[in-house]
Amino acid sequence: MDRRDFLQTGAALAVATKVPLRVPQADSSVRDLCMRALSTAKKAGASYADIRVGRTRLQSIGTREQQITNLSDGETFGFGIRVLAQGAWGFAASRDLTAAEIDRVAKLAVAQAMANRRALRRPVSLAPTPAVKDGRWRSPIETDPFDVSVEDKVALLLRANAEAQKGGARFVNSSLAFVRDQKTYASTDDVFTVQDVYRCFPQLTATAVDSTRGLFEARNSAEVAPMGLGWEWVLKSDLPGNAGRWAQEAVQKLTAKSVEPGRYDLVLEPHHLWLTIHESIAHPTELDRALGFEANYAGTSFLAPPEQILKKFRYGPEFMNIQGDRSQTGSLSACGWDDDGVAPETYLIIKNGIVVDYQTTRDQVALLTPLTGRKTSHGTSYAESWSDVQFQRMPNVSLLPGERDLKLDDLIAATDKGILISGRGSYSIDQQRYNFQFGGQVFYEIQGGKIIGMLKDVAYQSRTPDFWNAMDMIGGKSAYQMNGTFTDGKGQPGQVNAVSHGTPPARFKNINVINTGRDRG
Amino acid sequence: MAEWTGLTRAAARQLAERVLALSKAEGCQVNISANAAGNTRYARNEVTTGGDADNATVTVTSRFGKRAASVGTNVLDDAGLARAVQTSEQLAKLAPENPELMPLLPAQVYPEVPAFADATAGLDAAPRADAVRAVTTACDRAKVAAAGLVHRIAGATAVANSAGLFGYHASTTVVHTLTARTPDGKGSGWAGTAHNDWAKATAPALLADRALRKAHGTRDAAPLEPGKYTVVLEPTAAGSLLNLLAFAMNARAADEGRSFFSKRGGGNRIGEKVVDERITLSSDPSDPDLLTAPFSNEGLPVPRTAWIENGVLKNLAYDRFWADKQGKAPTPFAGGFRLDSAGAAASLGDLIKGVDRGLLVTRFWYIRAVDQRTLLFTGITRDGVFLIEKGEVSRAVNNFRFNESPVTMLNNLVAAGRPERVSSSESGDVGGPAVVVPPLVVNDFSFTSASEAV
Repeated sequence: MDRRDFLQTGAALAVATKVPLRVPQADSSVRDLCMRALSTAKKAGASYADIRVGRTRLQSIGTREQQITNLSDGETFGFGIRVLAQGAWGFAASRDLTAAEIDRVAKLAVAQAMANRRALRRPVSLAPTPAVKDGRWRSPIETDPFDVSVEDKVALLLRANAEAQKGGARFVNSSLAFVRDQKTYASTDDVFTVQDVYRCFPQLTATAVDSTRGLFEARNSAEVAPMGLGWEWVLKSDLPGNAGRWAQEAVQKLTAKSVEPGRYDLVLEPHHLWLTIHESIAHPTELDRALGFEANYAGTSFLAPPEQILKKFRYGPEFMNIQGDRSQTGSLSACGWDDDGVAPETYLIIKNGIVVDYQTTRDQVALLTPLTGRKTSHGTSYAESWSDVQFQRMPNVSLLPGERDLKLDDLIAATDKGILISGRGSYSIDQQRYNFQFGGQVFYEIQGGKIIGMLKDVAYQSRTPDFWNAMDMIGGKSAYQMNGTFTDGKGQPGQVNAVSHGTPPARFKNINVINTGRDRG
Repeated sequence: MAEWTGLTRAAARQLAERVLALSKAEGCQVNISANAAGNTRYARNEVTTGGDADNATVTVTSRFGKRAASVGTNVLDDAGLARAVQTSEQLAKLAPENPELMPLLPAQVYPEVPAFADATAGLDAAPRADAVRAVTTACDRAKVAAAGLVHRIAGATAVANSAGLFGYHASTTVVHTLTARTPDGKGSGWAGTAHNDWAKATAPALLADRALRKAHGTRDAAPLEPGKYTVVLEPTAAGSLLNLLAFAMNARAADEGRSFFSKRGGGNRIGEKVVDERITLSSDPSDPDLLTAPFSNEGLPVPRTAWIENGVLKNLAYDRFWADKQGKAPTPFAGGFRLDSAGAAASLGDLIKGVDRGLLVTRFWYIRAVDQRTLLFTGITRDGVFLIEKGEVSRAVNNFRFNESPVTMLNNLVAAGRPERVSSSESGDVGGPAVVVPPLVVNDFSFTSASEAV
């Protein structure tokens, strides 16, 4: 079958399945079923109800060297109904979107809320949110990745692998992942929205091996971010154009100088620093953590209690501003409405180095109102799937660029004894977000304002407030980049969230660097 | 014969046959996974959220020669299945040949693994709320705040293919984990249980008692410098590090020179002594404490496998392609494993008595690989670290970050106790491998910095 046949067949399949699948955007009966769910829940005793009907498609292609290792495509479809009854939450979900099942699941959710009342002390209250009669939102994609032929996708990966092999990689793995989330949401607060969200993630890892010395080193495509964009992002990422360099760097790592442990000034590139922001700023500013709701897994936060933190706690220098948003173009968290039916806001979490706000959902706002005066949610509710209950998840949390338009080279030139770190590596942080350790992909020694060679075995350990208060230089607008993750984990049962973090490069003074290459056999 | 009423053996076979009848490919494999999941969460001594969800997914893998592609769907009406079959066939035809694709397996014989417990399947919202209340009432009385999860999954998996293979496995799993914290934020304690059978899991009141005692006991933790310490690892702590060792046992990565188990100059380290000679690490789906699926995703029977026996590396996980290429029998990785130490029967209390100066560790968290060459990992202690002096727990101390390898740890073994099934996943949820592990006493465990987190 050639590509044209495939596309035609694909389109025919899509048409053939619209009715039985009730693709949310295409089927008005979905709206009727949503209204039925809300009405059934109300009749069963709910004071509030919402429903999400979701269809998620995931396509992934994996390769190694010059062969395919995985080609899979799949979809999951279903609905989840959340209710408040006598102040307690209940949630139930099913893959069978029929009127009878809607009724059963709505009643099950209410029955669960009633059962939960026996272990409830404070009834839940929801912050108000404006009605949305018929909201529509779609990711700003140029080319739908599901319309691109599998042959083209595989060819791109194998071309990149060949370049990595030419660059000296003994092994190379590469992959493409594409997600489409179609979601219809309705609530008894007069909100009805339909959203169509795309995400894509091109990846490659080159591994170099020195068998005689028993050594191996890997270098991945850390600069290539997962994004809320379409096929155009895969082309722009240019795995084939970069793979040779990544492979050469993996080879260089085999003979790079092992770092001397000690204190260094660190110059951190955006494709490294995003993960430090994620772990040490985005997570501790989640209100549910600060209040103890996530104590059993994700942990609590050192930013607690809020009354001792808000407008008082200095996180970093005056020029440090941290923004929460779900609106940056192509960002993974971008959407029109969150899973509470709230249009997300762009707002400052840290202003001039001081903590001024947390991430909130509708059921949390009242807990902060006396401190902030705010009565509405910032719009950070999210559920991974139709089968999961929504809760507070981080929006894009970004370090805003400095006033001077400094570039990475300016930061390096101003550094006497330092290390430049590129790409994300190993990462670990404690349950209150104080003590952390981060590695990276590639490390370069800086002396007298110049890069003098590659290092390896580098990781830095620090304490969140010490680290951010040690930030003394920051790049400007033109050096700002986004990166992110498909798989930020939180909650029990665990759910993943896709999120981006924007940042310019920044410099941190006098940070403790350890050597991770000890005990090598 | 254990079955799940949501998808009985007969229903699974019928569903698989519906898919195979639609197939026009040269070969077709069907994987079915269906379950009913129910959870209740709590925090600040009250229930917060919960959820009940039913789902069933069919994954169709179509083959034409060495070309293959998979499509999954949970839309299981005729149109949904037909769409999945047709799409997988179209994708498979477009895929390049995969030289490593192995032929479909013919019919196999699997042992019956009694992994399904009615007590777990019946753990609905009301009994879950009762379990929560047993914890929150005790914690309220003790003036600590509890946060936790009760989560059960009842379900079945099946595999079938056009070469006549069919396997079915019904199972239940439940976890109850909780963290109790003092209101001043200075004390935190954890307790947890995981099992196939809710009737065999630790009772909620007992878990609450363990967690709240630790919460009170960790208040006013004394500062202690990082360094190398003798540690007594509770089974949960030991289990979380052993997970990492088990997942590193991939034969191909070792043979390719990119694993701790690679031999310098080529090949792997099977036959070499890698840890203390008292240690044996094994998997057995029929082990009454493990009860994992008796077949792999492609229907290969999962036998009992000794990975490490008396300290010697005996096996690595070989997939079918790599086993064929290397002239070995395939050794699929099982869904669980157990660590035994020869002759060990001591309780945790007995082990503590034998330590002159050391640290008792409740559990580890946020463990991530630092260096695959040495299996070096970093992570954090959490919810209870206590100083042991002259065979007794003397006081609580701060938390630490460690940089350590499970291999080094098992080479520095001093003593081990009685193995038990633990909840060892970082998430405190169902989903990780079933792990049976003893408490361990280990010398020279490397803590590289202190953490003020509680």
